[in-house]
Amino acid sequence: MPEVPLIDTVATAEGSPDTPQPYAELGMADDEYARVRDILGRRPTAAELAIYSVMWSEHCSYKSSRAHLRQFGDKAPHTDALLVGMGENAGVVDVGDGHAVTFKIESHNHPSYVEPHQGAATGVGGIVRDILTMGARPVAVLDALRFGPADAVDTARVLPGVVSGISFYGNCLGLPNIGGELGFDPGYAGNPLVNALCVGVLRHEDIKLAQAAGPGNLVVLFGAPTGPDGIGGASVLASATFEDESQAKRPSVQVGDPFLEKLLVECSLELFANDLVEGIQDLGAAGVSCATTELAAGGTGGMRISLDKVPLRDHRLTPEEILMSESQERMMAVVTPQKLDRFAAICDKWGVEATVIGEVTDVSSEEHERGGRLVMTWQGQTIVDLPPRTAADEGPVYQRPYARPATQDGLQRDSATHLERPGPGELREQLLRVLGSPGVCDPRWVTQQYDSHVRGNTVLATPHDGGVLRVSEDSARGIALAVDGNGRFSRLDPYAGAQLALAEAYRNVASTGARPLAVTDCLNFGSPEDSGVMWQFAETARGLADACQRLGTPVTGGNVSFYNQTGDSAIHPTPVVGVLGVIDDVHTRLASAFPTSPDQARIYLLGTTRPELDGSAWAQVVHGHLGGHPPQVDLDAEEALARILSGAAGEELLLSAHDLSDGGLGVALAESCLRGNVGCTVHLPGDAFEDLFSESAARVLVSVAADSPQEERLRELCREHGVVSTALGTVGGASLSVTHTGGEFTVPLSELAAAHTATLPALFDG
Amino acid sequence: MVARVGVVTFPGSLDDVDAARAVRLAGAEPVALWHGNPDLAGVDAVVLPGGFSYGDYLRCGAIARFSPVMREVIPAAQSGNLPVLGICNGFQILCESQLLPGALTRNASLRFVNTEQRIRIATAETAWTRAYSADQELTIVLKSGEGNFVADDATLDALERDGRVVAYYVGDAPNGSRRNIAGVTNEHGNVVGLMPHPEHAVEALTGPSTDGLGVFTSVLDHLDRQPEPALPLGTP
Repeated sequence: MPEVPLIDTVATAEGSPDTPQPYAELGMADDEYARVRDILGRRPTAAELAIYSVMWSEHCSYKSSRAHLRQFGDKAPHTDALLVGMGENAGVVDVGDGHAVTFKIESHNHPSYVEPHQGAATGVGGIVRDILTMGARPVAVLDALRFGPADAVDTARVLPGVVSGISFYGNCLGLPNIGGELGFDPGYAGNPLVNALCVGVLRHEDIKLAQAAGPGNLVVLFGAPTGPDGIGGASVLASATFEDESQAKRPSVQVGDPFLEKLLVECSLELFANDLVEGIQDLGAAGVSCATTELAAGGTGGMRISLDKVPLRDHRLTPEEILMSESQERMMAVVTPQKLDRFAAICDKWGVEATVIGEVTDVSSEEHERGGRLVMTWQGQTIVDLPPRTAADEGPVYQRPYARPATQDGLQRDSATHLERPGPGELREQLLRVLGSPGVCDPRWVTQQYDSHVRGNTVLATPHDGGVLRVSEDSARGIALAVDGNGRFSRLDPYAGAQLALAEAYRNVASTGARPLAVTDCLNFGSPEDSGVMWQFAETARGLADACQRLGTPVTGGNVSFYNQTGDSAIHPTPVVGVLGVIDDVHTRLASAFPTSPDQARIYLLGTTRPELDGSAWAQVVHGHLGGHPPQVDLDAEEALARILSGAAGEELLLSAHDLSDGGLGVALAESCLRGNVGCTVHLPGDAFEDLFSESAARVLVSVAADSPQEERLRELCREHGVVSTALGTVGGASLSVTHTGGEFTVPLSELAAAHTATLPALFDG
Repeated sequence: MVARVGVVTFPGSLDDVDAARAVRLAGAEPVALWHGNPDLAGVDAVVLPGGFSYGDYLRCGAIARFSPVMREVIPAAQSGNLPVLGICNGFQILCESQLLPGALTRNASLRFVNTEQRIRIATAETAWTRAYSADQELTIVLKSGEGNFVADDATLDALERDGRVVAYYVGDAPNGSRRNIAGVTNEHGNVVGLMPHPEHAVEALTGPSTDGLGVFTSVLDHLDRQPEPALPLGTP
């Protein structure tokens, strides 16, 4: 018979102040542990140590980033559109007509490397619950993915697994995947980035917040039973109290069940619609620890939980493991006793298990001063008695040292201007190489595995510049979303790189005809304990906050992922920025495909092209080069361009619009041709090489009926807003035909398509 | 009288809202039917929508066929009277219920595939395709991981001989379906299973076309031509 484990109660802790505790193994620093002892006035119990260690982890407390993230609030532009700002599970933005939208991006990088399929799947599940928790119906997802070299052996393991995980979870959950990005770079080998964005729709009056109000109200855990998922750390505590080999080898990656999540979504929405919930919180990282401390801290501050009432999938779990478990598909609600029966009936209808595990309590003014009082019992004994605000809101904040790395100057001096440029006869071949390179090519091998149609409100999806959704069938209003980032630009200059990421997502949203409104960001970095990485982070936060302020688009929430590095080698600093926009009449949205209408369409390039090849796709693909300075940031030009595009969409002037980014004009022309299955004939006015491959920002390729009032009006709009418009040529034929001062070249559509589409199947089929 | 078309929601159904929208756009009244309720609420026709009923556990559609609502659907469908359309997961449920022959297995690529697909209508002689003409081509959405239609040669020969193949994929079947079969019907033509999704092609704004709407107008036309059902015995 195994020995009955000794329970580490508050009384035991008081009587054994000198018992050594494995706080270091749980990732706590000496001073953090000392602070816990100071807060409690005694050593923590094992359960309390579990709570503080996860709540004060980098992932939950943002202790290294918080000092920098404050700028997003301090510099936030004023906007009437923001209904809920940073700090809640997700921000909420007014999109008009009483409709609101909530959206957020989050990373699941490390789990996706360890177990790509489940890691990516549960990443989708987690962000969907964040959106649900705000009271919204989740309506779509987007994903930004980065992997090591496309032809690396490990990429053939990680990429298909990640894609199948997103496909499996998102498709089974019934959420259309409407956009995203796919990138490759040696720096992401061993550190893939899997960032998932979810967007939800709700009415203004339906916003829910994470708070446990009303003493006497019940705390209900509903959804999946708790199992030993993602509790790597807790085994330290378990082994400290008793020996059991079965505890040792448990998976550190959570396993997802999208079917249960679908039931949980429908069940929760029905509970919300019937007004049966006073406060709600999803269980993600840090599970029960996080949900109880955050709900309590957001409410009266008082809560009493019987931890042994938590339904278990494995009855051997210790209280510490229950507190740290990251089992998926669980929610916690605060419910008044009068409504409990109706609450339970709806859970029963959806086959969702619901269990009362505690209640909200009152706190004395003295307890309130200390940060509230959360008490947990186990088999009748008190194992937790702590002020929840100290765990949820008052974690450590570090001013990590940061310094610009000495190597940065050398990197910036090594400009692409020294690289050998193609002669006139080589332009065609180099364009095809860039067009077919893994980071630029047609991502259909990936995106075909995602359902983009379910729920029937998808107006635009991949490969167009942004995803566009109809908000509801009784309104013409639409929303647009895009996610973008460019780690290479950020590596060259993290301040400018963050601004360029925002500018690209902003421009992509504008290219659909929508007005950009708000931002969510996922900041992916190496170790914050490296002063050079921390400098990259500080510069990124400063750059993004400044640019958001300038463009009038506040950051509403997001996520920081540190420690994306192997040994001393960190990933490129990679801020991934999601922008949400609104379009008054979704029927006027713009797509990136050239039109096949019988009327002659003229192609214009809006914006200024400079000789900016540093960090470009061309430099990477043709020369394997990264150095110099990223393209110039011109936020005035970005804003002017966005005004032109949304004005032009509203007046229905344009036949297509496509943002210029990776690869430059040559790639944009080819993509608009391929998406419309029609050719074009263009003349490059300047240096042909720079015109084709420069990645200057603030540029968009549009088409308009030739010699029409619309064309005249477009030129007038550009003049009004001070944006250069250059007529490049016309749409038509079955090839991309380019003339320039040094010659000409022609690529048949079939050859463009072959170059663009063959890459990923060749790498990942079979 | 506006026709009433039931759309069943199983736990894990996903395209039920889309099917209901298509029914409405076709001019009928969608009626929500719940898997746990053995009651068809007097509807004139039934759609089993796409999704992952019961999580697709065990086998796609294998659990749904035993649900209480199917206890009502199956005999009514077998009688030849009740028009029943199964889309994607609904098609799988119809096969598992043995209302339709064959089975749907994992795509030959072993991956989920979402694509705008050309299909060719093979027969307009069913309750759900009479708005089309034979050989008419449509562009509708195909999105499934287990859409590979299989049956033995004798069954396939019989289906083709008897005009019970409803639609073929144009070009190579993206899922490896035998003989490119995208949909089949029963011997009465009232039960149709389609792997692609006509309900995602009913609005120009959101669909690749509006070619799918004809599936839903077909059943209204079919119902219009049916004689009024005789009153049950004992009705005053």
